[in-house]
Amino acid sequence: MDAVFWSRILTAETLSFHIIFATIGVGVPLFISLAEAWGIWKKDNHYIMLAKRWTRGFVITVAVGVVTGTCIGLMLSLLWPQFMQLAGNVISLPLFMETFAFFVEAIFLGIYLYTWDRFKNPWIHWASSIPIVIGSSMSALFITIVNAFMNTPAGFRLENGKAVDIDPIAAMLNPATPSKVAHVLSSAYLTCGFLLASIAAYHILKGRNHVYYKKALRLTMITGFILAIATFAAGDISGKFLAKHQPTKLAAAEWHFETTKQAPLVFGGVLNKETQEVKYGIKIPFALSILAGNSPNHEVKGLNDIPQDLWPPLYIHYLFDGMVAIGFYLLLVSAIFAIEWYRKKGNQWSPWLLRGIVLGAPLAFIAIQLGWIFAEVGRQPWIITGVLKVDKAATTADHVSSTTWAFSALFLALGILTCIVLYRLFRHNRAEDELAKRYGL
Amino acid sequence: MSLEMIGITVLWTFLYGYLIIASIDFGAGFFSYYSMKTKKDHIVNTVIERYLSPVWEVTNVFLIFFIVGVIGFFPDTAYYYGTALLIPGSVFLILLTIRGSFYAFAHYGVRSNRVYMFLYGATGLLIPASLSTILTMSEGGFIKETDSGITLSIAQLFTNSYSWAVTFLAIVSVLYISSSFLTFYANRANDTPARELLRKYALAWSGPTILASLLVFWALSRHNPDHFQRALEIGWCFGLSLLCFIGAVFLIWKRKCFGLAFVLVMLQFGFAFFGYGASHLPYLLDPYITIQGAVTSPVLGKALVITFIAGLLVLIPSLGLLLWLFLFNAKYVRGEHEQEHL
Repeated sequence: MDAVFWSRILTAETLSFHIIFATIGVGVPLFISLAEAWGIWKKDNHYIMLAKRWTRGFVITVAVGVVTGTCIGLMLSLLWPQFMQLAGNVISLPLFMETFAFFVEAIFLGIYLYTWDRFKNPWIHWASSIPIVIGSSMSALFITIVNAFMNTPAGFRLENGKAVDIDPIAAMLNPATPSKVAHVLSSAYLTCGFLLASIAAYHILKGRNHVYYKKALRLTMITGFILAIATFAAGDISGKFLAKHQPTKLAAAEWHFETTKQAPLVFGGVLNKETQEVKYGIKIPFALSILAGNSPNHEVKGLNDIPQDLWPPLYIHYLFDGMVAIGFYLLLVSAIFAIEWYRKKGNQWSPWLLRGIVLGAPLAFIAIQLGWIFAEVGRQPWIITGVLKVDKAATTADHVSSTTWAFSALFLALGILTCIVLYRLFRHNRAEDELAKRYGL
Repeated sequence: MSLEMIGITVLWTFLYGYLIIASIDFGAGFFSYYSMKTKKDHIVNTVIERYLSPVWEVTNVFLIFFIVGVIGFFPDTAYYYGTALLIPGSVFLILLTIRGSFYAFAHYGVRSNRVYMFLYGATGLLIPASLSTILTMSEGGFIKETDSGITLSIAQLFTNSYSWAVTFLAIVSVLYISSSFLTFYANRANDTPARELLRKYALAWSGPTILASLLVFWALSRHNPDHFQRALEIGWCFGLSLLCFIGAVFLIWKRKCFGLAFVLVMLQFGFAFFGYGASHLPYLLDPYITIQGAVTSPVLGKALVITFIAGLLVLIPSLGLLLWLFLFNAKYVRGEHEQEHL
């Protein structure tokens, strides 16, 4: 096995591990801030306790997120030195901006954690959560911009392998930036909504009927419903973006071979590569044309118009379908909850709905994984579309495989320990007891 | 000032910031573990925790800032160092990952687990050691560019006197900087037993620090005579550094003005660090990368500088607020706000 293979494996496993914590890092502060604000506004200590307990778990995941983020940040240079050299010349600006966003987030997290009740006016403490929310979301924004650049590079010209005529702002505002940023942010918030909702739903299912859990569930699920709609919209924008700027990725994701109007969308199925026919799939007429261009008569480019050596692996079809299916599931579950909450006779606490919510959390994280893998693998064979191929960008150093094994062991241990620590943190410290002790509720 | 000079000055300043605050953090980890071993943890741990808890995450950012900034201002470094540092860089990352996550596990999760504390203490010494070898490599002779690519001779690194001198200096400096800061912090907290213990540590590590510095000079003169020559030309920098050292040790020894003593420690390392950096120029990696040759395009450089200034406008007040809340707030330092934690 060569360095390219191992570099890809190591990058993938690091991203895969980091993105769990990165997602939590981006999304959970929003809910903490919402809960605290609502609690102060309504003078309801249940929500304050919610913010506190979420924060307590959050800190552990932030630590893991910070260190694994450092890992992936440095690994880009260690494993893809040629890529970083070129990227450094063109797209280092958002990376640089990200460190400032991270700085602000880190500083205010310290302040937020250690100044509960220090100020007479509770809104001052709450205000320190705002830079955390903004800082973490801006971090996601800047990093996503770099990834967007890899998909649709802009703002420079290649001359003898060197980047010239560099326009750093144009590079940042490349065509992929708006849709990608919208999709990454909305899905991170949505996933965290389901993560927190599933904790509450789980407790209610276990018969812990304290109003604390019901308030938690209502807050996260109603917000979650709004976020699910936003994610749906962002996903739709992303589809149209792909059709316009990365038709290869979309065609591969949809197993769409012939350039046609009125293109159908195929869900699932099995592909016969020889005949390019799909068996057992669910065919939705016109849907691909509508996804790509809002009209059944929109022409969608097929794979056969693209040289075969530039096709991404065709298994990305399943990644794409999995992601979309989970997106619809989350929208459906949160919509049912919202409707049941709105209806006078509705039952928000029916066990089946609660089970659906609990299931939503792992599914949402799976969708995040599918989504990033789809985004990266769908760009193959390029690391920067049309500019630099993956196999030309990997390190020439030896021992990438042993490094991969070392990191695999590290991430495994870290993953297990994080779960154990989180479990122990909350096992003997029930919310009901803490509420009674602290606020007499 | 030219773009490359602005870039390297900014980056070096942030690396200096990292040197100081990371040293405090790294050393504190070691002292926590050491005092647990010698059953003195009840004396120093509250002081250490009170300082470290709100700032640990910020420490990391200084380093990331430096790395990202270097790649932005001097993109060639990504190619040369990236290729050469795969193994040492990975070792460093693994240590950093263990340290950061285990700090959180020990601190916010299950308290006072001996294994966590050991890992936290041990990595506190190993990380500066591994980072310092990168400075060693930048002196040249370890990284070579051949037709087959860029290679690093790790064996050479382990048998080189300069390399060991730098590693030794890194470790003792960490302990010296950390203990002199914590002495000041304990004094502010009116915690006399902790102050006395930490003061003893500070004095104990001051001798090795100055000894290691001299050793580095001697080894540098053998390893990279040109650099040594350039260092001699700005010898006043190192002279001032020595004066600050003497002043700091004197004050700590006399139990006077611990705050000023720590400022002198910062100046001691400031003069030495900037003297070292200035004499290192123009090389980022001797002889392959110079700041003039590797500097990014003027357009991007200008954008980076503007971003940097805008970033500082946000950063400086935020850092000020952090220090004001946790370092200069006497009530917090004395532990009168313990109830405010989660």
